[in-house]
Amino acid sequence: MNLPRARVRRPWRLAAEASALLIAVVVAFPLYWMVLSAFKPAGEIESSEPRPWTLTPSLDSFRRVFEQQEFGRYFLNSLIVAGSVVIASALIAFLAATAVTRFRFRFRTTLLIMFLVAQMVPVEALTIPLFFLMRDVGQLNTLGSLILPHIAFSLPFAIWMLRGFVKAVPEALEEAAHIDGASRSRFLWQILFPLVFPGLVATSVFSFISTWNDFLFAKSFIISDTSQSTLPMALLVFYKPDDPDWGGVMAASTVMTIPVLVFFVLVQRRLVSGLGGAVKD
Amino acid sequence: MSASPSGTGGAVRARVPVRRGLSRPRGGSRTSNRAPRPYRGSSSTPWLYLAPALVVLGGLLVYPVYQLGLISFLEYTQAQVSGGEPTTFQGFGNYAELFGDGEFWRVLLATVVFAAACVVSTLAVGCALAVLLTRVRAVPRLALMLAGLGAWATPAVTGSTVWLLLFDPDFGPVNRMLGLGDHSWTYGRYSAFLLVLLEVVWCSFPFVMVTVYAGIRAVPAEVLEAAALDGASQWRIWRSVLAPMLRPILVVVTIQSVIWDFKVFTQIYVMTNGGGIAGQNLVLNVYAYQKAFASSQYSLGSAIGVVMLLILLAVTLVYLRLLRRQGEEL
Repeated sequence: MNLPRARVRRPWRLAAEASALLIAVVVAFPLYWMVLSAFKPAGEIESSEPRPWTLTPSLDSFRRVFEQQEFGRYFLNSLIVAGSVVIASALIAFLAATAVTRFRFRFRTTLLIMFLVAQMVPVEALTIPLFFLMRDVGQLNTLGSLILPHIAFSLPFAIWMLRGFVKAVPEALEEAAHIDGASRSRFLWQILFPLVFPGLVATSVFSFISTWNDFLFAKSFIISDTSQSTLPMALLVFYKPDDPDWGGVMAASTVMTIPVLVFFVLVQRRLVSGLGGAVKD
Repeated sequence: MSASPSGTGGAVRARVPVRRGLSRPRGGSRTSNRAPRPYRGSSSTPWLYLAPALVVLGGLLVYPVYQLGLISFLEYTQAQVSGGEPTTFQGFGNYAELFGDGEFWRVLLATVVFAAACVVSTLAVGCALAVLLTRVRAVPRLALMLAGLGAWATPAVTGSTVWLLLFDPDFGPVNRMLGLGDHSWTYGRYSAFLLVLLEVVWCSFPFVMVTVYAGIRAVPAEVLEAAALDGASQWRIWRSVLAPMLRPILVVVTIQSVIWDFKVFTQIYVMTNGGGIAGQNLVLNVYAYQKAFASSQYSLGSAIGVVMLLILLAVTLVYLRLLRRQGEEL
């Protein structure tokens, strides 16, 4: 299903390809600079003649980052939080999306609109009431105080996006399964779930990123027990606005970006087809 | 039109492989299926499926929103948080104070203009590159796609610090390349906003690009061939054929961009160090946060939150209108 290539004249295509490559370089440049700066020795980063290469790569910045107290612990915490949120919100959203697409019931449209509206809620504004809520249920300073709100914030978008995928599975399949004697929960988990899985993957990209990125909740809810803190906090230790330790910041940034990149590369294919499936309704 | 039908077909043919290892109880406990009855019969099932989502959303979204509204009507400062003083009802006092403050209107205006600029630039760049992706062969396409995914995957905190380093007056390569000396980008109000805008566009155009590209690929080739045979120019094909067919997708990406860009927090917070010199780069979200957590005026912060909520609600209504007009069934 590609565009009619033959129609695109050759010089134009070459120009298009050249500009595509050039733009790719420009877009990738900040990431390149991040990794490069992480490997530069201290003197080279803070030089007034920045060079786009380094002849003496050093691991000093990484060493500083990992020697920082409990950096590994923060990394693990971030992984636990993001992992829990991705799995929990995918399962919950799958059930909810099935309910709103494959059943007709009262308040269905109202619910859908509520899910849409819920996406608009500015998370940052809710930090205030959520702080008091977490305090009241004794969850402050625990990873739970990060996991629970993030599940809630990623659900509406996940449900909204999964709708398209669940809808795409033909009803006839459900009837066939029913006639063959499959129970509803069996249909749900052994037929529908695998079929919707690409959509779940595409959706989980969003919940993973927003959870992995978040530093506001970590900053506000983990107030005294730093062993429960997450990566962004560790990064900001190096980032003092007046005198940032650029090497440390870039090394920590690199470490923080790698898991997301790995996740993206793994789901890349499903993401592209997934988004296409979600938006064509 | 998308990838899903093929997947479906495969599963039908595969005849539902039963994986014994799966943890789900088979047979669905009480719902015995001896006598085939229509699935749509029972009315409690959808609610059963919805229950976890509703519990989570109710407890962690609806209740906090209610609390937010409540706090915005109360006098709520450090004294009340620590329990030293009882909370008192203020009516619209907080809102009156907010709307009487010139700074609030300045921040509101800045937020709207900034978000609009981000949305327009993101969409323009994203759509242009999506079209470009369809014009090139596999290698440049993969390169651009991977670069875009990399930018998309970069956490907002790291993206912000990296862009700061790139534009750093002393050690950044950009000033060297442009020969700007030690010009500070974060000092002036507009150049600071411009810098944040560049970072926001950088990390959010890939979503638009990938989505629109996926949409274009789903357009049948015959349609485009027919247009090309009829002698339509590239621009004409985009405007009269692709754009109308992609309308649903464009609506989705536009609305998502509006929501995201209106709520930009991390980039402003990190790049302008909490709102810029004398608060010149504040947007509503950061403003609310500063009011609440920096100066302990929780009720004012909540009132700003409510204002944001109402604005985004209005955007949602427009969105629903658009969906309705397209005749889409929810």
